[in-house]
Amino acid sequence: MSITALKSEAVVSPSTAKGASAPAKGAEIVRLAPSRPTPRGNRFAGYAHRVSVAVVPPLVVLLALLGIWELLCSGSGATLPPPSTIWQESYDLIVNPFFVNGSQDIGLGWRVLVSLQRVAVGFGLAAVAGILLGVIVGQSVWAMRGLDPIFQVLRTVPPLAWLPIALAAFRDSNPSAIFVIFITAIWPVIINTAVGVRNIPQDYRNVAKVLRLNPLEFFVKIMLPSAAPYIFTGLRIGVGLSWLAIVAAEMLTGGVGIGFFIWDAWNSSRLSDIIVALVYIGVVGFILDRLVAGIGAFVTRGTAAA
Amino acid sequence: MTAYLKLDHIDKSFARGGAVTEVLKEVCLDIAKGEYISIIGHSGCGKSTLLNIVAGLTQASAGGVILEGRQVDSPGPDRAVVFQNHSLLPWLSVYDNVRLAVDKVFSGTKSRAERHDWTLHNLDLVQMAHARDRRPSEISGGMKQRVGIARALAMEPKVLLLDEPFGALDALTRAHLQDSVMQIHAALGNTVIMITHDVDEAVLLSDRIVMMTNGPSARIGEVLDVRLPRPRRRLELVTDPAYLVCREAVLKFLYERHRFVEAA
Repeated sequence: MSITALKSEAVVSPSTAKGASAPAKGAEIVRLAPSRPTPRGNRFAGYAHRVSVAVVPPLVVLLALLGIWELLCSGSGATLPPPSTIWQESYDLIVNPFFVNGSQDIGLGWRVLVSLQRVAVGFGLAAVAGILLGVIVGQSVWAMRGLDPIFQVLRTVPPLAWLPIALAAFRDSNPSAIFVIFITAIWPVIINTAVGVRNIPQDYRNVAKVLRLNPLEFFVKIMLPSAAPYIFTGLRIGVGLSWLAIVAAEMLTGGVGIGFFIWDAWNSSRLSDIIVALVYIGVVGFILDRLVAGIGAFVTRGTAAA
Repeated sequence: MTAYLKLDHIDKSFARGGAVTEVLKEVCLDIAKGEYISIIGHSGCGKSTLLNIVAGLTQASAGGVILEGRQVDSPGPDRAVVFQNHSLLPWLSVYDNVRLAVDKVFSGTKSRAERHDWTLHNLDLVQMAHARDRRPSEISGGMKQRVGIARALAMEPKVLLLDEPFGALDALTRAHLQDSVMQIHAALGNTVIMITHDVDEAVLLSDRIVMMTNGPSARIGEVLDVRLPRPRRRLELVTDPAYLVCREAVLKFLYERHRFVEAA
């Protein structure tokens, strides 16, 4: 791209220079070099170019960071293992996410799936309850005045602070972990849904009134689609928070999840395994975020450009 | 004679804090079936408030609206509104926007196939059947307003309420739409109330022009009968003496007797 641009500039510049040097001639037609049409065969090259632009820079930075890490942690006094040691010690965890060697010796993929299952239940409940509560808060001035201050206080409570209460109430670790997810993820869903509902244009409400839509029809046909961009913003924040919370909750409640794996590895001083688990958590969290964002973009297509 | 639609001594005042602003005062008007009424006045004179009261979207402080002998005070499809900014739902296609109204109004009386045909028929009326699968964001402002009109017509309203329907459009598009509305009115014989602040538009389309005085406490200042034969043609009217008389009467009302004082 840049090379062709330079070339065409080089072709043009003599003629423009000529035009500039001979002002007495008046308006001289300056011909620009025609841009060469890209042959069809280059389409693949263009695609490859775009992919490489997206992939190469993060890859280079990653390699550089790994190199620095290797240098810093290779010394005799280093407290953390360098990448090369991690590769050797946790080879089976890295290469095969889905092995089963016994009830507690399983691949990280399985553990992530167990954690994801808990997130799915807790986040699913939070999404449904959060949207319904958000609609109530957004629709009714009195509900907003009564509930909003309470929500604003409760949402600042850190996820793990709920855990003792949940354990006392449910007397079991699995529902407690799910409750922590639920209570973490629900606040952004409530608040964003309420804002979305409050921002439904008066025009749409008037249309609904003229058509005499009943409350259910109004909810399904006007409110949900109109507030959908806000709702999905809330869901996206919520899913990120619930992934943060599950790892912390599992560290305390035990079980098979990825969070407990980290705690277990710490207790048996397997630092390399912890670092591999961190990478898994990060990648899965990234995928979750993109997934919700993708669903949101698909569902709200058209509404953004009103 | 009992009027088809009667605006009966409508007062409207808004209370904000301690202050009460009176917007409309003693508005009385009898409208016959099939009549095309324009309401014209300077901005802020309460035209839109009056239309909203007829639509049922706003409640009158005193007085009321009587349609076919019955008082109406809540919105309903018998008084369909074409909103100034079209108010199409952006997540629905052109067809689905009209179909939503058709489904709601005729759910008990028409079969699925009939509702489909009725939706297409109304899109045809406004020449928008070709864009039935497009979304509102993909069509022009004039086309959106056409779809808004189709949606209102599809409800088979007793009264069609147009709230400055062409205000946001350029002059050429506006002329096209005015012609369409005239054709539809001639074909279907709807009773129409239209808010406008375009003098030519009012004279071209209306049977009667209702001129409002300036607010606060706006009332009906004058009602002008437009005795021009239909069908009216824009080009022939330009030199028609009767047209010019009507136009002059409205202009004189608006700019001599009721100048808009606040505007600099």
